[in-house]
Amino acid sequence: MSGRDGASGPGNTPHGDEAGENMNLPARAGEERLAEQVVRHGMFGAKTSGDTSGYGRLLVRRPPLLSSPRPYGSYFDELTDEVARVLEADGTGFGDAIERVVADRGELTFHVRRERLPEVARKLREEPTLAFELCTGVSGVHYPAEAGRELRAVYHLLSITHNRRLRLEVSAPDADPHIPSLVDVYPACDWHERETWDFFGIIFDGHPALTRIEMPDDWKGHPQRKDYPLGGIPVEYRGTKVPPPDERRSYA
Amino acid sequence: MTSQSAPPRAAGLDDGTAEGRVYTVSGQDWDQLVAAADEAADTPGTGHMVINMGPQHPSTHGVLRLILTLDGETVTEARVGIGYLHTGIEKNMEYRTWTQGVTFCTRADYLMPIFNETVYCLGVERLLGIEDRIPDRAQIIRVLMMELNRIGSHLGGLGPFGMELGATTIFLQGLRMRERVLDLMELITGLRMNHAYIRPGGVAQDLPPGALEKIREFLREAPRLTGDLHKLIDSNPIFTGRTKGIAYLDLEGCIALGVTGPMLRSAGLPWDLRKSQPYCGYETYEFDVPTVTSCDTYGRYEIRMAEIDESLKIVEQCVDRLAGHRPADDPVMIRDAKIGWPARLSLGPDGMGPSPEHIAHIMGQSMEALIHHFKLVTEGFRVPAGQAYAAIESPKGELGCHVVSDGGTRPYRAHFRDPSFHHLQALAALAEGGMIADVIPAIASIDPVMGGVDR
Repeated sequence: MSGRDGASGPGNTPHGDEAGENMNLPARAGEERLAEQVVRHGMFGAKTSGDTSGYGRLLVRRPPLLSSPRPYGSYFDELTDEVARVLEADGTGFGDAIERVVADRGELTFHVRRERLPEVARKLREEPTLAFELCTGVSGVHYPAEAGRELRAVYHLLSITHNRRLRLEVSAPDADPHIPSLVDVYPACDWHERETWDFFGIIFDGHPALTRIEMPDDWKGHPQRKDYPLGGIPVEYRGTKVPPPDERRSYA
Repeated sequence: MTSQSAPPRAAGLDDGTAEGRVYTVSGQDWDQLVAAADEAADTPGTGHMVINMGPQHPSTHGVLRLILTLDGETVTEARVGIGYLHTGIEKNMEYRTWTQGVTFCTRADYLMPIFNETVYCLGVERLLGIEDRIPDRAQIIRVLMMELNRIGSHLGGLGPFGMELGATTIFLQGLRMRERVLDLMELITGLRMNHAYIRPGGVAQDLPPGALEKIREFLREAPRLTGDLHKLIDSNPIFTGRTKGIAYLDLEGCIALGVTGPMLRSAGLPWDLRKSQPYCGYETYEFDVPTVTSCDTYGRYEIRMAEIDESLKIVEQCVDRLAGHRPADDPVMIRDAKIGWPARLSLGPDGMGPSPEHIAHIMGQSMEALIHHFKLVTEGFRVPAGQAYAAIESPKGELGCHVVSDGGTRPYRAHFRDPSFHHLQALAALAEGGMIADVIPAIASIDPVMGGVDR
């Protein structure tokens, strides 16, 4: 599964980390594409049943990591310059804290290294020229196919002062699902981080009480991860047992 | 609560999960309970009690659970337990097509279904890159439906709030007007709630004949209905006594906690996404953003009533636009055969269904149209990979939708940033230090809906 920032968004020419000036040459682009990892066979995900659609041999490849070239458009360049200035002045360093910048579909995303997240968020909130007063929550996403960066926490920030929005995306590997908590910076991230822990198993280090919030306290597993089936458990009611939805029929 | 000796009718739990003794209070035994608490405390009259309120409690706006630590009648700590209405809407949406997602998300916050649908559709449309190609008529209908829904949602919050304070008449008057709104919604979408009416690319169908007249009729009567509510509530000594100065949260507190919507506007900041980051053409409508500076429950009541009036203004403008000159070809769904639902719906003898002309076309005339219909309905359209965050001003505050696509026909992830979920975190700030009776107005001033909180 790719689920990337704008593989084909308008005004966003994708280029990978290793892509140079030759990237637009057809042969080169083709080679690169064929070298990409195959992430899915067929259109519908059918593996065992007879797929008569003709798409069974379709290969879906994973696009390279995206980062947008300048100019980003809108207020994004100005904002990025300002963030860079603030982070450099602070000694954190822009390139050190922010891996990639993606401007896609009218939205700006900073991919932040998880160690640097609290510093970056604090600067974004406290610096008057940035003034992102509100963090409108955390949204977890699980990309099991992307080794080393399977789990994502996505923060949407809003600046009322400047009427701007900004997205921060932080990744963590499945093997080490730790991301620093932002509760110190944005107190209202409290429940959102609990929810993301509950559903994705991301451990937010420094959270005051990281417990389940939607699922029962003794629940096993994190239901919105991609490796967790829909349904998952049998429904027991008045002595009868109904199998979980994913075992009743195929939704593939 | 902790106590050494049990009052006569108390039942102690002995499963080892409780700290200290647990009592089940069954009514008219308060004195005995307080006596037991006093006995347990070091000094009489200083015993702290931990009271569980909900999740099955008529005044907690649904299955909300509160764990209140009380010192006498003063709340020293308010903790909130949620999750009793979690239905896995976001997970389910990953297993359905993009269009079917509307059917799930409309059920999240069931007092504002149209807003859930719209924010999801705006997210999907941004992913598809078709934001500029949504037909004007569809956008006007969306605004019309959202503003009708805003009136219904505010009334669904204010009416029951009156009953929670003991005023049945406020409840009945509020719901009487809400019924009128729901009748309109039913006329237009076929359902009172869970409409699945707003779809990616437009709306499910055009307004039925006679709808505009019905809305005009409602607009003529609405001032009288809101006037009745004002007369009942505005200077009602019990209502004002229980709401003025209650659940105080000033601008600093709102910003620190990320609170938006009527609560933020009751602290004096005119922040409304319809004005500051317009969508669906809101920049072309004339309306005001009401604010007060009282920062309390009464102020939030005033804001909601004023917003009902503003919504009525917007509805009137929508009706005028829809009733104006209409070109011969004025679709309510995007003119894109790859995205727009091919079926034209019509009302048959057995209810709503595909129109007979469409059935005749795909079954009798065009094999390609049949294939196209089949593919689009069963498989759905594909959405380019990427992510988008759409945010709209719902009756409760900023409602956001984070949608992620992997390029397939189903959402890879759909997350709703529900304002009720976010704002319930502020309950401790609103309720702690106040009286236990003021916890109820504090909850009601947030106006949470547990369907949206738990999703």
